[in-house]
Amino acid sequence: MNGVHDMGGMHGMGPILEEKNEPVFHQEWEGRIFAINRAMGAWRKWNLDASRHSRELIPPAEYLRMSYYARWVAGLVDLMVQSGLATRAEIESGVAAAGSIKAVPALTVDKAVTLVAKGVPASRNVNVAARFQVGQRVRARNIHPVGHTRLPRYARGKFGTIERDHGVFVFPDTNAHFVGEKPQHVYSVRFAARELWGEQAAPQDSVYVDMWDDYLEPA
Amino acid sequence: MTPEVSQAHQHEHDHQAVPSEPALRVKALESLLIEKGLVDRAALDALVDAYENKIGPRNGARVVARAWSDPAYKQRLLSDADAAIAEMGYGGLQGEHMVVLENTVKVHNLVVCTLCSCYPWPVLGLPPVWYKSAPYRSRAVIDPRGVLREFGLELPQDVEVRVWDSTAELRYLVLPERPAGTEKMTEEQLAALVTREAMVGVAKVSVSKAGIAA
Repeated sequence: MNGVHDMGGMHGMGPILEEKNEPVFHQEWEGRIFAINRAMGAWRKWNLDASRHSRELIPPAEYLRMSYYARWVAGLVDLMVQSGLATRAEIESGVAAAGSIKAVPALTVDKAVTLVAKGVPASRNVNVAARFQVGQRVRARNIHPVGHTRLPRYARGKFGTIERDHGVFVFPDTNAHFVGEKPQHVYSVRFAARELWGEQAAPQDSVYVDMWDDYLEPA
Repeated sequence: MTPEVSQAHQHEHDHQAVPSEPALRVKALESLLIEKGLVDRAALDALVDAYENKIGPRNGARVVARAWSDPAYKQRLLSDADAAIAEMGYGGLQGEHMVVLENTVKVHNLVVCTLCSCYPWPVLGLPPVWYKSAPYRSRAVIDPRGVLREFGLELPQDVEVRVWDSTAELRYLVLPERPAGTEKMTEEQLAALVTREAMVGVAKVSVSKAGIAA
């Protein structure tokens, strides 16, 4: 979707401000919502792409006003309600609905430790032919999906070169909407900075964007 | 501080003893989910502890120091980052598919995630606020040299700048240039010089500046 989260190339966002000796979490609740997100993900009612999309759906003015972890709260609440893990009434009241059956947590301490150590690979060991070869000239498709996509607006319609084939990965545009993983090759595509931004960019500079087969067409 | 952080702090100061609204909301949410048996409090504690106390940029600094000290390791790191990082005992969540980018006198790499906040957790920990914020995400791709100037790094005109936008599940770690005058340093001493910022590519490693606190 053409949301405000897709902010590569925008102006007016202000200076970059580093915080010296920044803590991992500024307040305790940030760490809690970070952990709750991971623990609730273990129910497998949604996936990483759906989780990202839940935050992209926050209306633009709110998205920009909210802190990073406040967006996580909003996204998680929506996912829990949609998947039926909790009702909005329960979340508003903080109390489980009368007569609801108590579950056994999906993520135990052991599983949490394994999750951190092993991760959740998004690659898939399936035999899918690559549509493009390293060194090939390509064009990023000029598409504007209303759902989730990882094709940033600044690259759409632009010409680039396949630099590296990373192998086969889950396709976020379908996976986020639970219509299949559609595994396909992901490439590192090099775009000359001047192709993206014109003469203001230095002639030798470039931007590398990771792109799935479905984002590309031969040039 | 970023505007969003300072705003949060301002809010805190306005209501001294009263917890902020998100704090209350998350507390209520955690109680509800425990009551429903959907989350285990000890598992949440373990996750917070892992990222608050165990996983952070010290890991990445050790990888960099090893690469500077051992040319064979450096080659492995650049050709198969997952395996080479695993040799050091690191890996896992949000670092399942790693790529290491070497900075040289002629090439400067810079990493961003314009769409959200993708970052190599096993080697750098969770990202700092500036990395996740609109100013960096919006400008790193269109004006990397200006962004670097804001971080105090003025690159010569003839250096090639490569910006890596983490749009997929590949996670990028910059291998900074080893600074001059460090030839006699041990791996441990070298690791102490390496900053998080240098491993994202918004800074160089210098001998004069202190690295990450142990």
